Amino acid sequence: MALLELRAISKRFGGLQALANVSLALDDGMIASLIGPNGAGKTTLVNTLTGLYRPDQGEIVFRKRSLVGLKPENITAAGISRTFQNIRLFSDMTVLDNVLVGMHARLQTSLPAILLRSKAFHAQERQAQRRALELVELTGLHGREHTWAGQLSYGEQRRLEIARALAAGPEILLLDEPTAGMNAQEAQSLMALFEELIGNYVKAILLIEHNMRVVMGISHWIHVLDYGEKIAEGNPDKVRRDPRVIEAYLGQGTWAPDARD
Amino acid sequence: MKGPVATAGVWVAILASFFLAHHFPQSALAFLLFEGSLLAIYYAPIEQSLKTFLGALVLLGLMPILGFVNGYYLEVAIQIGIYVALALGLNIVVGFVGLLNLGFVAFYAIGAYLWAIFGSPQANAFIAGGLFPLSPNWFFIFLVLSIAVGALTGVLLGLPVLRLRGDYLAIVTLGFAEVVRALVNNLDKPINLTNGPRGIAPISKPPLFFEPVLQWAGLQVADATLYPLYFYFLVLIMVALIILVTRRLESSRIGRAWKAIREDEVAASAMGVPVVRMKLLGFAVGASFASAVGVLFAAKQVFINPESFTFMESIGVLAMVILGGMGSIPGAIVGATGVTILNLQLLKSLSIWLNNLRQSGAALTIPLLGSYSFSQLPAQFEPAKYERMVFGLILIIMMIFRPQGILPPGYERKK
Repeated sequence: MALLELRAISKRFGGLQALANVSLALDDGMIASLIGPNGAGKTTLVNTLTGLYRPDQGEIVFRKRSLVGLKPENITAAGISRTFQNIRLFSDMTVLDNVLVGMHARLQTSLPAILLRSKAFHAQERQAQRRALELVELTGLHGREHTWAGQLSYGEQRRLEIARALAAGPEILLLDEPTAGMNAQEAQSLMALFEELIGNYVKAILLIEHNMRVVMGISHWIHVLDYGEKIAEGNPDKVRRDPRVIEAYLGQGTWAPDARD
Repeated sequence: MKGPVATAGVWVAILASFFLAHHFPQSALAFLLFEGSLLAIYYAPIEQSLKTFLGALVLLGLMPILGFVNGYYLEVAIQIGIYVALALGLNIVVGFVGLLNLGFVAFYAIGAYLWAIFGSPQANAFIAGGLFPLSPNWFFIFLVLSIAVGALTGVLLGLPVLRLRGDYLAIVTLGFAEVVRALVNNLDKPINLTNGPRGIAPISKPPLFFEPVLQWAGLQVADATLYPLYFYFLVLIMVALIILVTRRLESSRIGRAWKAIREDEVAASAMGVPVVRMKLLGFAVGASFASAVGVLFAAKQVFINPESFTFMESIGVLAMVILGGMGSIPGAIVGATGVTILNLQLLKSLSIWLNNLRQSGAALTIPLLGSYSFSQLPAQFEPAKYERMVFGLILIIMMIFRPQGILPPGYERKK
C-alpha cells in the first residue's frame, strides 16, 4: 500500500474549480513530481494536503490514517513537511533558530522543565542544536548559522526552507518550486541533495517544479495537472510524449530529446 | 577601550555619581548620573562576572544607602521597577508573539484589586464574619495566587479573541481594558465589591517577617524608612524573577515558537507550531506578570481607585516597549526606566528650576536687544504639565530616526 494516498480530492473557491477529482499516490522511496501550467492547482493541492485548506470532497490517507480536517501543525507532527513557493522564512530569526522552530513538534520539554532548566531540558536542547547544525550543513548553509534568515541570499533562503522542513523529521517532504529563480548549476546541486534525502532523511518527496531539466532528471513518477484536473501521469518518458501534456504545458518540440539543451 | 581602562572607567562612573548623589540629595541630575552608571556597566567591554558584581553592588548596596539620604530616590526606583516589570510582561505579548495588546493594564488592575479587596476591610461588605482585612502574611499567598488569576484571565480573554489579527485584536483588547475599568468603577452596587470610584483603603502592607532578625541585630529602624526599602527589595526580586523567567522562555522551544508566530503565522503552523496554544501561553505569561505587579502596587500605595488603570496607562507601557525595542529584554528595561525617569524626575526638576528662576527675578541680558526678566515667564509654562507632549515628541523622533527602538533584539549579535 502506498505511503500517502489522495483519493478524488476536489476543492472549489467560489466559481473556480481549483481541484477536480485529483487522485495521487506516493510510495516509499519515490520522488514524484507535480507539473502543469500556472494556475493548474498544484499549490492548492499542497495546501490542501498540509491542512491550510480543507478539501470539499475526497480523502487523504497517510499511513492508513485520514488527514482531512487536521490542523497544519498536526499534519506536520504526523510526518509531512513542506516548503513554500513564495519563501516564508522567519526573517528576524537566525538560520539556526529557523531550523529549531521546525523541531517544535519533536521537542517535548514541559513548561516546568524549561523554567527550571532540568537535565532533560539541556539534553534535548543540545540534541536539537546538534541535529539543526547537521541539517544546516547538509543544505550547504555551513557557517551561516547565526546569520539572520532575512539577510541570506535568495538561493540560500530556498535551501534554508528545505532545512527547516527537514527539521520536523518528516517521512514525506513537499517541495513547492524549490529551484525557482536558480541557475542551472544551483539547480543541479539541489537535485543531488534531493536524491541524497531519499532513504536517508525522508521516505518520499513530492516536487512541484517548472524546471523540466530537474523534473525529468530525478522524478520516478510525474503527475500533470491542468485546470484542476489530472490530465496525465506516468514515468518521465511517457509523460513527455503524451500529446495532452505537450498541448497543455510542454509545448510542441520543446522536449524532443536534445532539442533545447 | 578594553580591559583595565574600561574597568577603571566604570568604577569611577559608579563611585563619582554615587558621591554626587549622596552629597547633593536634592539634585535630580546627580541621581540621574547614578542611574546612568548602570547603563555604563551594561555597555562597558568588561567581563560578565564583573558586570554582575558591579550591578549587584549598585542595586543592592549603593541604592539603599541613597534611599536613606533621600527617600524620594527609593520611590523613583520602586516606580521604575514596577514599570520595568509591566514592560517585560507586555514585551512577551507584543514583542515576542507579535500581538498588539492595547489593554494590558487590565491585568495589572485585576492583580491590584485582588489584594486590595481582601487585604482591606472591603471584603467585609460581601463576606460576613468580619474576617477582613486578612493578616499581612497573606500577602505572599496572594502574590502567588495573582499569578494564577492573571494567567487565567489572560487565557479567558485570549480564547475568544486570538482568532482575530492585528488591528482587530488591538481594538478588542482595548475594549477589554475599558470593561475591566468600568466594572471596578461600578461594582459598588448592588453588592459592594470594589467600592467604585471612591477606591479602596487602607490596604495591608506585606508582613515584616524579618523584624525579629533586625531586633536581634540591635537595629532600630522606623517603619517609615523600613517600608520603602522593603518594597524596593520586593520589586527588585520580582523584576529579577521576571527577567529570569522571560530569558528562559525566550531561549526555549516556546520562545522560538512565539517569534515564529510573530514572523509568519502560516509558516509557523506548517512547521508544527500549535499557534493557538502558544498565543494563549504568551497572553497568560504576560498577564500573570502584570497581575503579580498589581498586587505589589496595591500594597505599596495603600489606596487604589480606578483612576490608576486608565487607557493612558496601557499606552504608556506600550510606548516603553516600543521605545526600548520590541522583542528585546534589555530594551524593555531601558524603555521603562527612561520613560519613568522622564516623567518623575526630569520634567519635574525642570519645572522646579524654572520656578526658582522666575522667583529669583533674574534677567537675561542680551547686548543691543535689551534684557528679559525671568519673572515675566508665564506661570503656565511648566514642563511637568507637558508630560504627554514631550513624550509624544520623543516617540515621533524615535520613529523617524530609530524605529527599531533603543536596544532592538539581537543588538549584541548584530554589532
